[in-house]
Amino acid sequence: MDKIGLYAVPVVISVIAAWGALKGTDIFEAFKEGARDGITSLVSIAPSVIGLVIGVNMLTASGFFDMLCGWLSPVTQSLGVPPEVLPMALMRPVSGSGSFALLNSVFEKCGADSEAGRIASVMAGSTETTFYAIAVYFGAAGIKKTSYAIPAAVLADMTGMLMAVITVKLM
Amino acid sequence: MLAYLWLFMIIVSFFCSILTGNVEALAMSITEGADKAIKLLLSMAGVMCLWTGIMKIGDKSGLTDAAARLLSPVLARLMPEQRHNSKAMRSVAANVTANILGLGNAATPLGIKAMREMAASGDERTLPDRSMILFVVINTASLQLIPTTAAALRQAAGSTQPYSILPCVWISSAAALAAGISAAKLFGAWRKNG
Repeated sequence: MDKIGLYAVPVVISVIAAWGALKGTDIFEAFKEGARDGITSLVSIAPSVIGLVIGVNMLTASGFFDMLCGWLSPVTQSLGVPPEVLPMALMRPVSGSGSFALLNSVFEKCGADSEAGRIASVMAGSTETTFYAIAVYFGAAGIKKTSYAIPAAVLADMTGMLMAVITVKLM
Repeated sequence: MLAYLWLFMIIVSFFCSILTGNVEALAMSITEGADKAIKLLLSMAGVMCLWTGIMKIGDKSGLTDAAARLLSPVLARLMPEQRHNSKAMRSVAANVTANILGLGNAATPLGIKAMREMAASGDERTLPDRSMILFVVINTASLQLIPTTAAALRQAAGSTQPYSILPCVWISSAAALAAGISAAKLFGAWRKNG
């Protein structure tokens, strides 16, 4: 299974570069333009990342997460989930920068390649900032009632989180 | 929203550090956090730009359009209320493909455009139609070929295999998407009006 992840990167890059060249695109110009977009979006997320990394770092240093994990571990242990991933899982639907800071705190505590680190990575990669997306999209369309959008989206998130635990444990 | 969250983090940390006797560590952690945040962003920047650059090549050479064409029949089936609204359906397909390719900068404006076009199709409405809800649910399930941010952060944290999570992410995303679509369809069938 690790092989798929290993091959995915060179395969995706080669296929896209070859396709672009075949279509007559100036692939290096396009790459530069895209990379510039990457810088722009990094700059735009930087202020909130700085604020929230400070916040999470404070919570870690104060011993809050150790306390929280102590309280949560009887519950999470019975589910087979490392308690360290829970703060990230709870933050994920609310704030992208917040979950980013918490994902990093899991890496710092347990290591990126540990079971907790991989579960948290898969959770972060397979779900979205659900509440933010709902607010932005319905807000843009001028619709105040979200009807059943939140329960359906939350159900999707919970499925993604659960599958993150299952797939990491099995693979 | 984030203002409350941030306040919570700061105040809780302070009280917690008094309880656990970690005030000194807390004091250190504040400036250390600011320092760490920028180092993190810098150490991720290269990988992030790599992916936005690669995906831009795909976008510029028509890969997004081709993928959108491939997806449109599926999306039309999923959104019967809007299937004849070709303008909206084009934006929907473009948004979904941009998400899959990880073109976050492009995906959100396209999604907003899609929502506005879907809202404009009906009468003056306060309640979203089933297609609009399904579209937002699809967006929250985060289908993405390469989970760029998570991979870049893993690499910055010294992972030996930052991309080993890919198969798990694909399976989990697909499961989340399937659950979201099923739930939206089910709740939609229960809803009486529109």
